[in-house]
Amino acid sequence: MAEQPQSPNVEPKPAALGAPEARTRRGFFKWLGGAWAAFTAGVGMMNILTVRFLYPNVLFIPPTDVKVGLPEEFQVGQVDTRFKDKFGFWIVRTEEGFYAVSTVCTHLGCQPNWLEAEQKFKCPCHGSGFYVSGINFEGPAPRPLERFRIVLADDGQILVDKSRKYQHELGQWTDPEAFLRV
Amino acid sequence: MWDKIKNYVTDSQVWKSVIRHGYPDTRRNRVLVVLTNVFLHLHPTKVPAHSLKLSYTWCMGGLTFFLFLVETLTGVLLMFYYRPVGEYAYNDILALREHVPLGIMREIHRWGAHAMVITVWLHMLRVFLTGSYKPPREFNWGVGVILLTLTLLLSFTGYLLPWDQLAIWAITVGSNMARATPFVGHEGPGSKLLNPGLLGMEDIPLIHATDDARFVLLGGPFVGEATLLRFYVLHCVFIPLAAATLIAVHFWRVRKDGGISSPTDDFSQKPL
Repeated sequence: MAEQPQSPNVEPKPAALGAPEARTRRGFFKWLGGAWAAFTAGVGMMNILTVRFLYPNVLFIPPTDVKVGLPEEFQVGQVDTRFKDKFGFWIVRTEEGFYAVSTVCTHLGCQPNWLEAEQKFKCPCHGSGFYVSGINFEGPAPRPLERFRIVLADDGQILVDKSRKYQHELGQWTDPEAFLRV
Repeated sequence: MWDKIKNYVTDSQVWKSVIRHGYPDTRRNRVLVVLTNVFLHLHPTKVPAHSLKLSYTWCMGGLTFFLFLVETLTGVLLMFYYRPVGEYAYNDILALREHVPLGIMREIHRWGAHAMVITVWLHMLRVFLTGSYKPPREFNWGVGVILLTLTLLLSFTGYLLPWDQLAIWAITVGSNMARATPFVGHEGPGSKLLNPGLLGMEDIPLIHATDDARFVLLGGPFVGEATLLRFYVLHCVFIPLAAATLIAVHFWRVRKDGGISSPTDDFSQKPL
């Protein structure tokens, strides 16, 4: 460039865009390189933001922490189906306490029904059956229904936390928060 | 008298602006018919006699294209009545049967969809059996595989739109496959590799149930109203546009690769 003026046509110095130096071959490519880098960065940023556009900032879905009521409100031996459709779990009250069973079938993810007369969870999609404990005993389901974290909240209500799950085949049902003793 | 009318019509400016060549009774004019039409020119100007034989082609590619046109036409008509909102969708489907004349319009669309999946598979089988995937047509085989996938995706996204129990649970089951997508599915191989453990965030996975491939597809962690809208847009706009574009490429490649394959093709030669 200005240091090695090999061509008599090259005028020395000033560098601003549009100035004589920018009109030299090397000056042009310098400018082009910068412009190209800026353009690529801009397009790249736009691509990232476009992918991000597919993920909404707000989801209108039920909360994962649900207070289901006081322990006295549940009958021993009952499977409570009130929270199935909206929140996706059953509350089972046994002699010893409570547990929350996930309504997601472990076969392919449909929603089983609680059949009171037959005392089992039965999936309408492919016929998987589960005991009231959640243990699978018929149909294609490969493992028991999952359980959710269940604890007593400060106000004495039962709190189900769907963000923590416990799987029987991993020995997690013995976790103190997988079963609420009363 | 007849000639006079004929000449009056064919000498008019309107006729000449539309028809740019003489009657296709000469070789040159027959070629021009195809060459001067943007739709026809995707097709070869001449086809060998065997390519018209049903026993060779089964007409499966042609039938698939015909069904694509049927699906486009009936689909646009269905869009006049169907609203992809949880509150309306199922009732609109019933209304399409009960509240409009020609209540089988939706059934035509559905049968056409089933038929198109079948014909597209049979077309693939025919192309395989006749060795038409061999050079120089291997590129078009690749285009065809993408078109097959798009057909299946059209079928899959359309399945949700009736918004009944069958639809919702079928899409729940089907989209669970996306959990296992390599790297970008939260239960897929390699997804754990993308966790930024270096930054001291070992317990915060980068790919989890609410940001993986399945989430993008469903617009949420499970099949809900956002899913209905996403599948509707994919079904009615995005996938048909992609398919139409690739269909044009598919036909154009047939022409550029020397028409459809022939039993007399010499596949031992490498293409130039």
